[in-house]
Order: sequence, then structure tokens, then C-alpha cells
Amino acid sequence: MTSLDAAFSALSDPTRRAILARLAQGEATVMELAEPFELTQPAISRHLKVLEQAGLIAKRVDGAKRPCRLAKDGLEAVDRWLAMLRKGLEQSYDRLDRVLAEMQASEEEGKQ
Amino acid sequence: MSKMTLKTEGDTHVVVTRRFAAPPEAVYRAHTEPQLIQKWMLGPDGWTMPVCIVDARPGGKFRYEWSNGNGGAFHMTGECLEIEPFRRIVHVERMHLPDPTPDNHVETTFEPDGTGTLMTIRMTLPDANTRAQMLATGMEHGMEASYARLETMI
Repeated sequence: MTSLDAAFSALSDPTRRAILARLAQGEATVMELAEPFELTQPAISRHLKVLEQAGLIAKRVDGAKRPCRLAKDGLEAVDRWLAMLRKGLEQSYDRLDRVLAEMQASEEEGKQ
Repeated sequence: MSKMTLKTEGDTHVVVTRRFAAPPEAVYRAHTEPQLIQKWMLGPDGWTMPVCIVDARPGGKFRYEWSNGNGGAFHMTGECLEIEPFRRIVHVERMHLPDPTPDNHVETTFEPDGTGTLMTIRMTLPDANTRAQMLATGMEHGMEASYARLETMI
């Protein structure tokens, strides 16, 4: 799996997307994350492991705690990818704008 | 200024919207008439569509083949399910890379928007993983085309 495959696979789970949304507000520990999701700590830890392996989050050592935060690089890779897909589509539709203008011009010519 | 939006919705949808300065009839025709489709449905610069067959009737089939003139090629096949001329197209499609990808169910609507058109494409993939893969494949082709373009520059 490429890292992008891993990232999209990690993003395909609604709980993991919710965890990322929570981390977008600031770093949090496993305990802090487990509470709003009504999941056990082991369940949250499994989700965090998937997100960490996909490069979407990173953990920090703070005494006995391991607070998690969003990993900028992994998220930027997903962003860049979406931007590229957009670009291909946008280029097609920019071309379609020109085709539509040509259609309109030839129609008006036909009327004269 | 960006006239296009591309969003994921829920676990299995991708929604694209785009406004055009032409009436729905013209935008619809540009999506159903092969000689018009071949002029624009090309993705990144450098790609052409040498084969474009469309039978825009319920149950009708279509086939698009793309090439970058440099050995890069792939194709898409699909079937039209519902056709409301100038208003709405529902179809299923799959890419062949060369193995077929899972079916993408696509509803395209063309709504009057002032003197122009608001087009909305709503794609539904069988599951979240398929959507992730479809999005990722889209990138590979985008990159392939970018590399092909780069080659012509150096």
C-alpha cells in the first residue's frame, strides 16, 4: 500500500474521521478521546494506531501521557491529491466552456 | 475564481457541481453527443479520446477510450439507466485499468441557473474503500499525465 492508499483507507471510517475532527481543535490523550465517542480505550487505541500508521496523526511523549495531534505532512498529501483530481476535472470543464461558446456561435450563425 | 466544487459526502458519495454560461440543453448535448464529448472530456492536458461511443437511451451503452499518445491508455464503459433529455442522466460506469473497477452509480442533473446552467454530479460507490480507491486512481492518472507533459518540456 502506498501512504496515500493507507491515508484514504484510514479516512474511510467515520469514527476515525471524527477523531481527526476532534484533533483539529488541538491535541488530546487517548482518555480524552475515548470519552465523547463512548468507546473503550483499547478501541480508540486501535483507531489511533491506524491513523498513525497512515501518517495522519503523531504522538508526543509527555511523562506517562501520549497526547496525539494531527500530522501536517500526511494531511497535506491527501490535500494535494484532492487538488490534483480537481485540476483534471477543472481543465475538462474549462474546455467544455469553450465548446459551449463555439456551439452558441455556430447556432447564431445558422440563424442569420 | 473557482466555479467548480468537489466534495465527499457520507461514506460513499462524491458530489461535483459546476456552473456554465450556456443553457441546460447545450450542456446536456455536450455530455451525450460523441463529437462534442471528444472535444472536452479529456482530463489533464495532453490526453485525447480516440474512441467515443454513446447510446444515450435507457439501457444504452457507452465506451470512452483515452490515450496520451505516449503509450498511456485506459478506457471506461457504462450503461445509461435513466434519460430525461436536457435535464437528467443516470448511468453506471467503470474504469478498465485494465481490470474493471467496481461500478460507480452517477446521477447528473442540469438545472437552469439564470441564463446558464448549474450541473450537479452525484456519484455513489459501493462502499467507502471503493470510493477511496477511485479517488486514488484518479490521482495516478493525473500524475501520469503530468509526467507525460513534463517529458515534452524537457
